[in-house]
Amino acid sequence: MSKPEENRPLPFVTEDGDTVFGEAWQAQVLAMAENLISSSKITASDWSNILGAELRKADAAGAPDNSETYYLSALSALESLLLSNDHLTSDEIRARKEIWERAYLSTPHGQPVELKN
Amino acid sequence: MATFDTKNITKIHQALHSHLPSDSALRVKALESLLVEKGLVNSETIDAWVEAYSEEIGPKRGAKIIAKAWLDPSYKQRLLEDATAAITEFDYHGHATAHLKAVENTSSVHNLVVCTLCSCYPFSILGVAPNWYKTAAYRSRAVREPRSVLLEFGVTLDDKVKVQVWDSTAELRYLVIPQRPQDTEGWNEEQLAALVTRNSMIGTDRDLNSNRGEA
Repeated sequence: MSKPEENRPLPFVTEDGDTVFGEAWQAQVLAMAENLISSSKITASDWSNILGAELRKADAAGAPDNSETYYLSALSALESLLLSNDHLTSDEIRARKEIWERAYLSTPHGQPVELKN
Repeated sequence: MATFDTKNITKIHQALHSHLPSDSALRVKALESLLVEKGLVNSETIDAWVEAYSEEIGPKRGAKIIAKAWLDPSYKQRLLEDATAAITEFDYHGHATAHLKAVENTSSVHNLVVCTLCSCYPFSILGVAPNWYKTAAYRSRAVREPRSVLLEFGVTLDDKVKVQVWDSTAELRYLVIPQRPQDTEGWNEEQLAALVTRNSMIGTDRDLNSNRGEA
């Protein structure tokens, strides 16, 4: 099955940007995954398999074939792996995300955003 | 008397939201803060990794390995026999590269590396994989139609040149040793390393003589 032409990066070099990471969160996803592998909290093969599955899912759903899709898949893969290994629960992740969101909204612009203990 | 100015409230609401990071960034913040709290990762280590891979660790490391292999036949032999061990001479080892296998281009063989599953790549010697390496198009087409893919990268191969495609895994990754450019006798390691492109170590570049012309 061929993908719509606008989803195909042709030539490939058009996807070869100068910056290593488009946004900080993208780097942080890889950093967390690599550090969890280094400390044997997750295995490299589990990470590879779940990332592959997320990439296939994104492709099947017609997501654009670009780095944004790759890093979103990597983020979903990391969340799934941490949930399946019982390191985190989905309620914890959801609640923590809401806390961060509230912290951003309640912090004056320009001030560092921190979570209150 | 209090007034209810919907326009003003909408404006304030939008201003507040404009300071909010993206949904993905918030998900990452949630994950990182939870993992740090549980002692699963350390925020300094995460920051150090991001800094190293954003600025310091990149294909120049791989290029030094290739230049040494071109200059020192015994090093090339060690690299071909056991690349995982050979790169420790540069202190470039690490789990990010897992087991490494070096494959050599010759006048009759061209090597091309892909990860058909996800994006396995020898991070510690080439840095973060380029965006095209992670695309579904590259991951599927590099195996199915390597010559067409190479053509899109500007690599034209004679029909007699055999293409070998290597599929990386979490356990085994690959480094292509490109052919040494002609007329570089007497060049030192630094000069030679400057000719080695990242893509030539993945196999999507072949003729380094032409790169020299553009430099």
